[in-house]
Amino acid sequence: MKKYKSILINPIFNENPIAFQILGICSALAVTSKLETSIVMSLAVIFVLSLSNWAVSLIREHIPGSVRIIVEMTIIASLVIIADQIIKAFAYDVSKQLSVYVGLIITNCIIMGRAEAYALKNPPLQSFLDGIGNGLGYTLILIVVGSVRELLGSGKLLGYTILPVQTEGGWYVPNGLFLLPPSAFFLIGLIIWAIRTWKPEQIEES
Amino acid sequence: MSNESTKKTVLVTLGVCFVCSILVSTAAVTLRGIQRRNQEQEKLKNILIAGDLISGSEKLESEKIEKIYQGHIKAIIVDLRNGNILPDSLYTDQLNPDSYDIKSAVKDPDLSRDIEENDIAQIGRMPVYIVVYQVIESGEIQKIILPIFGKGLWSTMYGFIALSQNLKTVTGFTIYEHGETPGLGGEVDNPQWKKLWIGKQAFDDNRAVRIEVIKGKTDPADPETIYRVDGLSGSTLTTRGVDQMVKFWLGDQGYGPFLRQL
Repeated sequence: MKKYKSILINPIFNENPIAFQILGICSALAVTSKLETSIVMSLAVIFVLSLSNWAVSLIREHIPGSVRIIVEMTIIASLVIIADQIIKAFAYDVSKQLSVYVGLIITNCIIMGRAEAYALKNPPLQSFLDGIGNGLGYTLILIVVGSVRELLGSGKLLGYTILPVQTEGGWYVPNGLFLLPPSAFFLIGLIIWAIRTWKPEQIEES
Repeated sequence: MSNESTKKTVLVTLGVCFVCSILVSTAAVTLRGIQRRNQEQEKLKNILIAGDLISGSEKLESEKIEKIYQGHIKAIIVDLRNGNILPDSLYTDQLNPDSYDIKSAVKDPDLSRDIEENDIAQIGRMPVYIVVYQVIESGEIQKIILPIFGKGLWSTMYGFIALSQNLKTVTGFTIYEHGETPGLGGEVDNPQWKKLWIGKQAFDDNRAVRIEVIKGKTDPADPETIYRVDGLSGSTLTTRGVDQMVKFWLGDQGYGPFLRQL
């Protein structure tokens, strides 16, 4: 039991896919200008990552080495299309804001990375949990970055006004930089710094 | 059987592809109904945005959208060949404002025709009849909302342009469906850019189509500015597509005959 728990919890702080493995940065910059899109994107990644890990692990003893990557890509791409279709049906407004980024989960390094590094060598249940764990690690960073960016960039959280902005008669002057992708870089940098100060064993040797 | 044998490789890849294709097509087919309803809702919403009855930023329940639509909009069918309004008595199952769909009309040989020359919107075929929306307030027509479509860089863009009572001033512009590059040409659905259209003059005093989308920014000091809209940076071809589409539909091949009759 304990083993399963650590598979699930470890990727959240100890081996966070974004902060420690430095994977999936591209989408973390692109979709975090609002909290709502960050949450939907995170759910889509958890869905794709856990199921792709599970499916790859299920057939891991039958995948020929020569077409290994292609078989993994086929599974991942199919899951991404299904996730995309579901979002288009049940969260149409968000799907328009996410535009191509749901499709680009296919090329999100976290998913391919976990399939190669974990699912090919471990049984299905562990792989599934590893997928959820890494998805949650990704979610944690996206939600933190998304909240800070939406709050400081437009004075809102999930579309509700928290800091009344000046253009609408309030006092807060929004910082436009936070609506632009570079701000996510700065925030992720700060998060990595904070986590490595808390857990010095993550610091790479120079 | 060894994992590396050709037979096994072919079997595994075929098997994976087969299972994946079943899953993908099941998802696509079962969710199609809901997705189509979302698109119809999006179209209604855009009619209301073009008519300035709702702002694009607020979130509205679908019943609310339908209520505003029922309360303010009257849809009519226009014969694009001569500009006449089709009387209610001639409505059929396919040809009535509720079920009319531009895309299926263009595919139907009875309801569409080839554009032989000057197809600047690059649409190939155009419908014979089209649904036009009137914004009615206290019994009077305040605005008319005209559906437009044309080719951008990658896709056919569908939208609306609204004209005020004088039939010259643009009071709204939206694009509700397109497949242009996100972040570049895809900015045609950016609310800030769509706002630039409001107040522009579509025609001059001689009723010649003057509105155009220019490359770069308009110069406020230039008297021609009332006819010009800023182009989108980084998307020359999409911008040109929007420009040609508007010119085509407001011109003689499009709504010209209809607008002259009003």
